[in-house]
Amino acid sequence: MTNNTWSTDRYDTVADAIAKLYVKALKDMPPDVRDALTKAEQRETVKMGRTVLSTIQQNIAVADQQNLLICQDTGTPVYFIEVGERSGVNPVQLERAIRHGTVQATVTHPLRSSVVSPITRINNQNNTGYRVPVIHWEFVPDRDDVQVVIVPKGSGSENMTYFRMLLPADGVQGIKRFVLDSVVGSGGNPCPPVIVGVGIGGSSDLCMLLAKKAIIRPCGQPNPSPEVAGLENELLEAINASGLGPMGLGGLTTALAVHVEYAATHISQNPVAVNIQCWAARRGRLTVKNDGDITIGF
Amino acid sequence: MTEHCVTTPLTDDVIMTFRAGDTVTITGHIFGLRDATLIRMFDQKAPIPADLSGSVCLHTAPGIKMVGNHYVKVSIGTTTSTRMNRFTMGLMEQGVKAIAGKGGLLEDSTQILAERHAVYLGLVGGTAASETMQIESIEEVWWPDLLPECLWKFRVRNFGPLIVGIDAYGTNLYLQNKSRAVERARTFCF
Repeated sequence: MTNNTWSTDRYDTVADAIAKLYVKALKDMPPDVRDALTKAEQRETVKMGRTVLSTIQQNIAVADQQNLLICQDTGTPVYFIEVGERSGVNPVQLERAIRHGTVQATVTHPLRSSVVSPITRINNQNNTGYRVPVIHWEFVPDRDDVQVVIVPKGSGSENMTYFRMLLPADGVQGIKRFVLDSVVGSGGNPCPPVIVGVGIGGSSDLCMLLAKKAIIRPCGQPNPSPEVAGLENELLEAINASGLGPMGLGGLTTALAVHVEYAATHISQNPVAVNIQCWAARRGRLTVKNDGDITIGF
Repeated sequence: MTEHCVTTPLTDDVIMTFRAGDTVTITGHIFGLRDATLIRMFDQKAPIPADLSGSVCLHTAPGIKMVGNHYVKVSIGTTTSTRMNRFTMGLMEQGVKAIAGKGGLLEDSTQILAERHAVYLGLVGGTAASETMQIESIEEVWWPDLLPECLWKFRVRNFGPLIVGIDAYGTNLYLQNKSRAVERARTFCF
Protein backbone atom coordinates (compact mmCIF):
# COMPACT_ATOMS: atom_id res chain seq x y z
CA MET A 1 0.00 0.00 0.00
CA THR A 2 2.09 2.90 -1.18
CA ASN A 3 1.37 6.18 -2.95
CA ASN A 4 -2.16 6.24 -1.52
CA THR A 5 -3.27 9.84 -1.27
CA TRP A 6 -4.88 10.65 2.09
CA SER A 7 -8.71 10.82 2.03
CA THR A 8 -10.54 13.90 3.36
CA ASP A 9 -11.77 11.80 6.31
CA ARG A 10 -8.23 11.06 7.32
CA TYR A 11 -7.47 14.74 7.93
CA ASP A 12 -10.51 14.93 10.25
CA THR A 13 -9.29 11.85 12.11
CA VAL A 14 -5.82 13.35 12.40
CA ALA A 15 -7.24 16.67 13.71
CA ASP A 16 -9.04 14.73 16.48
CA ALA A 17 -5.87 12.76 17.19
CA ILE A 18 -3.84 15.97 17.41
CA ALA A 19 -6.32 17.34 19.98
CA LYS A 20 -5.90 14.15 22.07
CA LEU A 21 -2.12 14.22 21.61
CA TYR A 22 -1.81 17.81 22.83
CA VAL A 23 -3.73 17.05 26.05
CA LYS A 24 -1.91 13.74 26.59
CA ALA A 25 1.46 15.46 26.16
CA LEU A 26 0.51 17.94 28.90
CA LYS A 27 -0.41 15.17 31.36
CA ASP A 28 1.79 12.17 30.68
CA MET A 29 5.56 12.66 31.00
CA PRO A 30 7.69 10.73 28.48
CA PRO A 31 9.29 7.61 30.03
CA ASP A 32 12.83 8.79 29.19
CA VAL A 33 12.29 12.03 31.15
CA ARG A 34 10.73 10.11 34.07
CA ASP A 35 13.80 7.85 34.17
CA ALA A 36 16.23 10.77 34.03
CA LEU A 37 14.41 12.55 36.89
CA THR A 38 14.39 9.37 39.00
CA LYS A 39 18.13 8.88 38.47
CA ALA A 40 18.74 12.54 39.36
CA GLU A 41 16.79 12.12 42.60
CA GLN A 42 18.66 8.92 43.48
CA ARG A 43 22.10 10.48 43.11
CA GLU A 44 21.29 13.87 44.66
CA THR A 45 23.19 14.51 47.89
CA VAL A 46 22.33 18.18 48.49
CA LYS A 47 19.31 18.54 50.77
CA MET A 48 17.64 21.38 48.85
CA GLY A 49 18.13 19.52 45.57
CA ARG A 50 16.57 16.38 47.03
CA THR A 51 13.57 18.35 48.30
CA VAL A 52 12.97 19.91 44.88
CA LEU A 53 13.38 16.61 43.00
CA SER A 54 11.03 14.77 45.33
CA THR A 55 8.42 17.55 44.89
CA ILE A 56 8.77 17.05 41.13
CA GLN A 57 8.27 13.27 41.44
CA GLN A 58 5.25 13.80 43.64
CA ASN A 59 3.77 16.21 41.09
CA ILE A 60 4.17 13.70 38.25
CA ALA A 61 2.41 11.09 40.41
CA VAL A 62 -0.46 13.48 41.25
CA ALA A 63 -0.88 14.34 37.54
CA ASP A 64 -1.03 10.59 36.72
CA GLN A 65 -3.50 9.77 39.49
CA GLN A 66 -5.78 12.80 39.18
CA ASN A 67 -5.58 13.17 35.38
CA LEU A 68 -4.24 16.73 35.80
CA LEU A 69 -1.85 18.82 33.73
CA ILE A 70 1.79 18.55 34.88
CA CYS A 71 2.23 22.34 34.57
CA GLN A 72 -0.31 25.10 33.98
CA ASP A 73 1.81 26.48 31.14
CA THR A 74 0.33 24.77 28.09
CA GLY A 75 3.12 26.46 26.18
CA THR A 76 3.54 27.63 22.66
CA PRO A 77 2.37 24.75 20.48
CA VAL A 78 5.38 23.73 18.38
CA TYR A 79 5.13 20.84 15.92
CA PHE A 80 7.90 18.98 14.14
CA ILE A 81 6.59 17.00 11.17
CA GLU A 82 8.40 14.31 9.21
CA VAL A 83 6.79 13.54 5.88
CA GLY A 84 7.78 10.29 4.24
CA GLU A 85 8.42 10.44 0.53
CA ARG A 86 5.58 8.03 -0.23
CA SER A 87 3.16 9.08 2.52
CA GLY A 88 0.60 10.55 0.14
CA VAL A 89 -0.11 13.48 2.47
CA ASN A 90 -1.16 16.95 1.34
CA PRO A 91 0.87 19.29 3.60
CA VAL A 92 -1.61 22.17 3.28
CA GLN A 93 -4.44 19.98 4.54
CA LEU A 94 -2.27 18.48 7.30
CA GLU A 95 -1.32 21.96 8.51
CA ARG A 96 -5.01 22.86 8.63
CA ALA A 97 -5.77 19.68 10.61
CA ILE A 98 -3.02 20.51 13.12
CA ARG A 99 -4.40 24.02 13.62
CA HIS A 100 -7.92 22.60 14.11
CA GLY A 101 -6.65 19.99 16.57
CA THR A 102 -4.82 22.65 18.58
CA VAL A 103 -7.94 24.82 18.84
CA GLN A 104 -10.13 21.80 19.63
CA ALA A 105 -7.92 20.68 22.53
CA THR A 106 -7.76 24.22 23.95
CA VAL A 107 -11.49 24.87 23.78
CA THR A 108 -12.86 21.46 24.78
CA HIS A 109 -10.49 20.43 27.63
CA PRO A 110 -10.25 23.48 28.23
CA LEU A 111 -6.59 24.55 28.33
CA ARG A 112 -5.15 27.93 29.21
CA SER A 113 -4.51 29.91 26.04
CA SER A 114 -1.04 31.37 26.30
CA VAL A 115 -0.71 32.77 22.78
CA VAL A 116 -1.12 36.52 22.18
CA SER A 117 -0.32 39.09 19.50
CA PRO A 118 3.07 40.62 20.35
CA ILE A 119 1.78 44.02 19.22
CA THR A 120 -1.71 44.25 20.75
CA ARG A 121 -1.32 41.44 23.38
CA ILE A 122 -4.79 40.21 22.28
CA ASN A 123 -5.37 36.54 23.16
CA ASN A 124 -7.62 34.54 20.78
CA GLN A 125 -8.24 32.15 23.73
CA ASN A 126 -7.49 29.12 21.54
CA ASN A 127 -3.69 28.83 21.63
CA THR A 128 -3.35 29.87 18.00
CA GLY A 129 -2.56 33.17 16.30
CA TYR A 130 -0.78 34.63 13.32
CA ARG A 131 1.85 32.02 12.27
CA VAL A 132 1.16 29.97 15.41
CA PRO A 133 1.11 26.96 15.96
CA VAL A 134 4.74 26.84 14.95
CA ILE A 135 5.21 24.04 12.42
CA HIS A 136 8.52 22.72 11.12
CA TRP A 137 8.60 20.34 8.15
CA GLU A 138 11.13 17.72 7.15
CA PHE A 139 10.87 15.51 4.11
CA VAL A 140 12.27 12.00 4.46
CA PRO A 141 13.16 9.69 1.56
CA ASP A 142 12.13 6.02 1.45
CA ARG A 143 9.39 6.22 4.07
CA ASP A 144 5.63 6.06 3.66
CA ASP A 145 4.49 7.37 7.06
CA VAL A 146 3.98 10.82 8.59
CA GLN A 147 5.18 11.61 12.10
CA VAL A 148 4.03 14.64 14.06
CA VAL A 149 5.82 15.53 17.29
CA ILE A 150 4.19 18.16 19.48
CA VAL A 151 6.23 20.12 21.99
CA PRO A 152 4.06 22.37 24.17
CA LYS A 153 7.01 24.67 24.89
CA GLY A 154 6.83 26.27 28.31
CA SER A 155 7.88 29.88 28.51
CA GLY A 156 10.02 29.80 31.65
CA SER A 157 12.58 27.84 29.65
CA GLU A 158 11.87 29.43 26.25
CA ASN A 159 12.67 32.86 27.72
CA MET A 160 16.14 31.48 28.48
CA THR A 161 17.19 31.25 24.82
CA TYR A 162 20.57 32.41 23.53
CA PHE A 163 22.23 32.90 20.19
CA ARG A 164 25.58 34.26 19.08
CA MET A 165 27.58 34.48 15.89
CA LEU A 166 30.96 33.46 17.30
CA LEU A 167 34.09 33.77 15.20
CA PRO A 168 35.85 30.86 13.48
CA ALA A 169 38.87 31.67 15.68
CA ASP A 170 36.71 31.11 18.80
CA GLY A 171 36.51 27.46 17.76
CA VAL A 172 34.66 24.71 19.63
CA GLN A 173 36.21 26.12 22.81
CA GLY A 174 34.18 29.30 22.34
CA ILE A 175 31.02 27.25 21.78
CA LYS A 176 31.55 25.34 25.03
CA ARG A 177 32.10 28.53 27.00
CA PHE A 178 28.98 30.16 25.52
CA VAL A 179 26.76 27.16 26.32
CA LEU A 180 28.06 26.82 29.88
CA ASP A 181 27.71 30.53 30.67
CA SER A 182 24.22 30.68 29.12
CA VAL A 183 22.83 27.75 31.10
CA VAL A 184 24.39 28.65 34.46
CA GLY A 185 23.59 32.35 33.97
CA SER A 186 19.90 31.44 33.59
CA GLY A 187 19.80 30.48 37.27
CA GLY A 188 16.54 28.90 38.41
CA ASN A 189 14.41 30.63 35.76
CA PRO A 190 14.11 27.77 33.22
CA CYS A 191 13.08 25.23 35.92
CA PRO A 192 16.18 23.05 36.20
CA PRO A 193 17.07 20.22 35.93
CA VAL A 194 16.76 21.08 32.25
CA ILE A 195 17.46 19.52 28.88
CA VAL A 196 19.86 21.80 27.02
CA GLY A 197 19.35 22.02 23.26
CA VAL A 198 22.38 23.29 21.36
CA GLY A 199 22.49 24.23 17.69
CA ILE A 200 25.89 24.63 16.04
CA GLY A 201 26.54 25.93 12.54
CA GLY A 202 24.14 26.57 9.69
CA SER A 203 22.85 30.08 9.09
CA SER A 204 21.46 32.02 12.06
CA ASP A 205 17.89 30.81 11.44
CA LEU A 206 18.89 27.17 10.93
CA CYS A 207 21.15 27.27 14.02
CA MET A 208 18.23 28.35 16.23
CA LEU A 209 15.97 25.70 14.72
CA LEU A 210 18.59 23.01 15.41
CA ALA A 211 18.73 24.02 19.08
CA LYS A 212 14.95 23.55 19.28
CA LYS A 213 15.09 20.27 17.36
CA ALA A 214 17.74 19.04 19.84
CA ILE A 215 15.31 19.23 22.78
CA ILE A 216 12.77 16.87 21.20
CA ARG A 217 15.26 13.98 21.15
CA PRO A 218 14.53 11.39 23.90
CA CYS A 219 16.29 12.62 27.03
CA GLY A 220 19.94 11.54 27.12
CA GLN A 221 19.96 9.84 23.71
CA PRO A 222 23.38 10.75 22.31
CA ASN A 223 24.01 12.30 18.90
CA PRO A 224 24.93 9.52 16.44
CA SER A 225 28.27 11.19 15.70
CA PRO A 226 30.86 10.13 18.35
CA GLU A 227 32.57 13.56 18.25
CA VAL A 228 29.28 15.36 18.84
CA ALA A 229 28.24 12.86 21.55
CA GLY A 230 31.59 13.54 23.25
CA LEU A 231 30.87 17.26 23.17
CA GLU A 232 27.43 16.61 24.72
CA ASN A 233 29.03 14.69 27.60
CA GLU A 234 31.66 17.33 28.18
CA LEU A 235 29.04 20.09 28.31
CA LEU A 236 26.79 18.08 30.65
CA GLU A 237 29.67 17.51 33.05
CA ALA A 238 30.63 21.20 33.03
CA ILE A 239 27.05 22.40 33.60
CA ASN A 240 26.45 19.99 36.48
CA ALA A 241 29.83 20.83 38.06
CA SER A 242 28.44 24.35 38.63
CA GLY A 243 26.20 23.09 41.44
CA LEU A 244 23.36 25.41 40.33
CA GLY A 245 21.02 22.47 40.90
CA PRO A 246 17.28 21.83 40.79
CA MET A 247 15.32 25.12 40.59
CA GLY A 248 18.63 26.96 40.98
CA LEU A 249 18.67 26.23 44.72
CA GLY A 250 21.75 23.99 44.74
CA GLY A 251 22.44 20.37 43.88
CA LEU A 252 24.23 17.92 41.64
CA THR A 253 21.84 17.98 38.66
CA THR A 254 21.36 21.23 36.78
CA ALA A 255 20.88 19.49 33.42
CA LEU A 256 19.43 16.04 32.75
CA ALA A 257 21.05 15.99 29.30
CA VAL A 258 22.73 18.13 26.66
CA HIS A 259 21.65 17.46 23.07
CA VAL A 260 23.64 18.95 20.19
CA GLU A 261 22.51 19.19 16.57
CA TYR A 262 24.75 20.71 13.92
CA ALA A 263 24.83 21.77 10.29
CA ALA A 264 27.50 22.91 7.88
CA THR A 265 28.22 26.63 8.05
CA HIS A 266 29.96 29.47 6.17
CA ILE A 267 33.78 29.73 6.28
CA SER A 268 33.55 33.06 8.10
CA GLN A 269 30.96 31.97 10.68
CA ASN A 270 30.72 29.98 13.92
CA PRO A 271 27.06 30.23 15.01
CA VAL A 272 25.81 28.74 18.27
CA ALA A 273 22.30 28.65 19.72
CA VAL A 274 21.00 27.44 23.08
CA ASN A 275 17.35 26.53 23.64
CA ILE A 276 16.53 25.23 27.10
CA GLN A 277 13.76 22.77 27.94
CA CYS A 278 12.39 22.68 31.51
CA TRP A 279 12.33 19.44 33.55
CA ALA A 280 8.67 19.16 32.48
CA ALA A 281 9.94 18.18 29.04
CA ARG A 282 6.59 17.30 27.57
CA ARG A 283 6.17 15.91 24.10
CA GLY A 284 3.88 13.61 22.14
CA ARG A 285 4.27 11.75 18.86
CA LEU A 286 1.61 10.86 16.34
CA THR A 287 2.46 8.34 13.64
CA VAL A 288 0.16 7.98 10.64
CA LYS A 289 0.96 4.98 8.48
CA ASN A 290 0.19 5.02 4.81
CA ASP A 291 -2.72 2.56 5.37
CA GLY A 292 -4.29 5.10 7.76
CA ASP A 293 -3.29 3.36 11.00
CA ILE A 294 -2.66 5.99 13.72
CA THR A 295 -0.57 5.48 16.85
CA ILE A 296 0.16 7.88 19.68
CA GLY A 297 3.38 7.77 21.69
CA PHE A 298 6.33 9.93 22.70
CA MET B 1 15.29 24.66 58.99
CA THR B 2 11.86 25.35 60.50
CA GLU B 3 8.52 24.31 59.07
CA HIS B 4 5.90 27.04 59.48
CA CYS B 5 2.13 26.55 59.10
CA VAL B 6 0.42 29.93 58.83
CA THR B 7 -3.00 31.41 58.20
CA THR B 8 -3.53 34.57 56.15
CA PRO B 9 -3.42 37.55 56.53
CA LEU B 10 0.25 37.61 57.59
CA THR B 11 1.67 40.02 60.15
CA ASP B 12 5.20 41.42 60.52
CA ASP B 13 5.68 39.29 63.66
CA VAL B 14 5.04 36.10 61.70
CA ILE B 15 7.17 37.20 58.74
CA MET B 16 10.16 37.92 60.99
CA THR B 17 10.14 34.29 62.22
CA PHE B 18 10.79 33.06 58.63
CA ARG B 19 14.43 32.40 57.75
CA ALA B 20 15.83 31.59 54.32
CA GLY B 21 15.63 27.81 53.82
CA ASP B 22 12.59 27.36 56.09
CA THR B 23 9.35 26.05 54.62
CA VAL B 24 5.90 27.62 54.87
CA THR B 25 2.47 26.04 54.39
CA ILE B 26 -0.43 28.45 53.95
CA THR B 27 -4.12 28.19 54.76
CA GLY B 28 -6.55 31.00 54.00
CA HIS B 29 -6.36 33.14 50.88
CA ILE B 30 -3.75 33.97 48.30
CA PHE B 31 -4.00 36.40 45.40
CA GLY B 32 -2.88 35.48 41.90
CA LEU B 33 -1.39 38.01 39.49
CA ARG B 34 1.28 38.37 36.84
CA ASP B 35 2.69 40.54 34.03
CA ALA B 36 -0.51 42.04 32.58
CA THR B 37 -2.12 42.43 36.04
CA LEU B 38 0.91 44.29 37.39
CA ILE B 39 1.20 46.47 34.29
CA ARG B 40 -2.43 47.52 34.77
CA MET B 41 -1.91 48.18 38.49
CA PHE B 42 1.36 50.06 38.43
CA ASP B 43 2.07 51.28 34.88
CA GLN B 44 -1.49 52.14 33.91
CA LYS B 45 -2.26 53.09 37.53
CA ALA B 46 -5.71 51.47 37.55
CA PRO B 47 -7.39 51.54 40.96
CA ILE B 48 -6.61 48.20 42.64
CA PRO B 49 -9.95 46.49 43.25
CA ALA B 50 -8.89 44.31 46.22
CA ASP B 51 -7.31 44.89 49.63
CA LEU B 52 -3.86 43.30 49.42
CA SER B 53 -2.66 44.24 52.93
CA GLY B 54 -1.12 41.30 54.78
CA SER B 55 -1.58 39.15 51.69
CA VAL B 56 0.40 36.51 49.82
CA CYS B 57 0.60 37.30 46.08
CA LEU B 58 1.40 34.38 43.79
CA HIS B 59 2.82 34.92 40.30
CA THR B 60 0.37 32.87 38.26
CA ALA B 61 -2.00 32.76 35.32
CA PRO B 62 -4.28 29.80 35.92
CA GLY B 63 -6.05 27.50 33.52
CA ILE B 64 -9.78 27.68 34.30
CA LYS B 65 -13.18 26.69 32.97
CA MET B 66 -16.50 28.46 33.31
CA VAL B 67 -19.34 26.56 34.98
CA GLY B 68 -22.30 28.90 34.70
CA ASN B 69 -20.92 32.20 35.97
CA HIS B 70 -18.31 30.54 38.15
CA TYR B 71 -14.60 30.23 37.48
CA VAL B 72 -13.49 26.66 38.22
CA LYS B 73 -9.84 25.59 38.49
CA VAL B 74 -8.30 23.41 35.77
CA SER B 75 -4.58 23.93 36.41
CA ILE B 76 -3.00 26.47 38.71
CA GLY B 77 0.78 26.72 39.06
CA THR B 78 3.38 29.43 39.07
CA THR B 79 5.61 31.39 36.71
CA THR B 80 9.04 33.04 36.61
CA SER B 81 9.15 35.86 39.17
CA THR B 82 12.21 37.74 37.91
CA ARG B 83 10.13 38.99 34.95
CA MET B 84 8.08 40.97 37.44
CA ASN B 85 10.97 42.11 39.62
CA ARG B 86 10.32 45.81 38.99
CA PHE B 87 6.85 45.65 40.58
CA THR B 88 8.08 44.60 44.04
CA MET B 89 7.92 48.13 45.52
CA GLY B 90 4.39 48.64 44.18
CA LEU B 91 3.20 45.47 45.90
CA MET B 92 4.92 46.48 49.15
CA GLU B 93 3.10 49.83 49.08
CA GLN B 94 -0.15 47.83 48.98
CA GLY B 95 0.91 46.03 52.18
CA VAL B 96 1.74 42.68 50.56
CA LYS B 97 3.72 40.52 53.01
CA ALA B 98 4.80 37.64 50.77
CA ILE B 99 5.46 37.33 47.05
CA ALA B 100 5.33 33.72 45.85
CA GLY B 101 6.59 32.33 42.57
CA LYS B 102 9.54 30.52 41.09
CA GLY B 103 13.15 31.48 40.38
CA GLY B 104 13.41 34.23 43.02
CA LEU B 105 13.77 38.01 42.74
CA LEU B 106 16.79 40.24 42.19
CA GLU B 107 19.06 42.28 44.48
CA ASP B 108 16.95 45.46 44.58
CA SER B 109 13.85 43.45 45.53
CA THR B 110 15.83 41.67 48.25
CA GLN B 111 16.56 45.04 49.84
CA ILE B 112 12.98 46.23 49.48
CA LEU B 113 11.63 43.04 51.11
CA ALA B 114 14.00 43.56 54.06
CA GLU B 115 12.99 47.21 54.48
CA ARG B 116 9.31 46.35 54.32
CA HIS B 117 9.42 43.18 56.47
CA ALA B 118 8.27 40.90 53.69
CA VAL B 119 9.49 37.64 52.13
CA TYR B 120 9.68 35.73 48.87
CA LEU B 121 8.30 32.20 48.93
CA GLY B 122 9.55 29.79 46.26
CA LEU B 123 7.53 27.05 44.64
CA VAL B 124 8.98 24.32 42.49
CA GLY B 125 8.23 25.41 38.93
CA GLY B 126 6.12 23.06 36.84
CA THR B 127 4.37 21.38 39.77
CA ALA B 128 0.89 22.67 39.00
CA ALA B 129 -0.83 19.31 39.51
CA SER B 130 0.05 19.33 43.22
CA GLU B 131 -0.74 23.03 43.63
CA THR B 132 -4.10 22.69 41.91
CA MET B 133 -5.07 20.06 44.50
CA GLN B 134 -4.16 22.49 47.33
CA ILE B 135 -6.34 25.30 45.99
CA GLU B 136 -9.90 24.84 47.22
CA SER B 137 -11.63 27.37 45.02
CA ILE B 138 -11.43 30.55 43.00
CA GLU B 139 -13.34 33.01 45.19
CA GLU B 140 -13.09 36.26 43.26
CA VAL B 141 -11.85 37.45 39.89
CA TRP B 142 -11.16 41.03 38.82
CA TRP B 143 -10.25 42.29 35.33
CA PRO B 144 -11.63 39.31 33.35
CA ASP B 145 -10.59 41.06 30.11
CA LEU B 146 -6.99 40.11 30.99
CA LEU B 147 -7.78 36.36 31.05
CA PRO B 148 -5.73 34.40 32.09
CA GLU B 149 -3.82 37.30 33.69
CA CYS B 150 -6.70 38.57 35.83
CA LEU B 151 -6.39 39.43 39.51
CA TRP B 152 -7.45 36.22 41.25
CA LYS B 153 -8.38 35.40 44.83
CA PHE B 154 -7.95 31.73 45.74
CA ARG B 155 -9.00 29.93 48.91
CA VAL B 156 -6.23 27.52 49.89
CA ARG B 157 -5.72 24.79 52.46
CA ASN B 158 -2.19 23.64 53.31
CA PHE B 159 -0.77 25.31 50.23
CA GLY B 160 2.89 24.33 50.01
CA PRO B 161 5.34 23.65 51.46
CA LEU B 162 6.91 26.77 49.93
CA ILE B 163 10.60 27.50 50.46
CA VAL B 164 11.58 30.82 52.05
CA GLY B 165 13.85 31.86 49.18
CA ILE B 166 14.34 35.47 50.37
CA ASP B 167 13.80 36.36 53.99
CA ALA B 168 13.21 39.73 55.60
CA TYR B 169 16.84 39.81 56.81
CA GLY B 170 18.30 40.26 53.33
CA THR B 171 19.23 36.64 52.58
CA ASN B 172 18.46 35.60 48.99
CA LEU B 173 19.10 31.86 48.46
CA TYR B 174 18.68 32.13 44.69
CA LEU B 175 21.29 34.85 44.22
CA GLN B 176 23.68 33.30 46.75
CA ASN B 177 23.58 29.93 45.03
CA LYS B 178 23.66 31.40 41.53
CA SER B 179 26.73 33.54 42.19
CA ARG B 180 28.58 30.46 43.52
CA ALA B 181 27.54 28.48 40.42
CA VAL B 182 28.55 31.27 38.02
CA GLU B 183 31.94 31.48 39.71
CA ARG B 184 32.45 27.70 39.42
CA ALA B 185 31.45 27.86 35.74
CA ARG B 186 33.82 30.79 35.11
CA THR B 187 36.79 28.85 36.42
CA PHE B 188 35.81 25.51 34.79
CA CYS B 189 38.59 24.26 32.49
CA PHE B 190 37.46 22.41 29.39
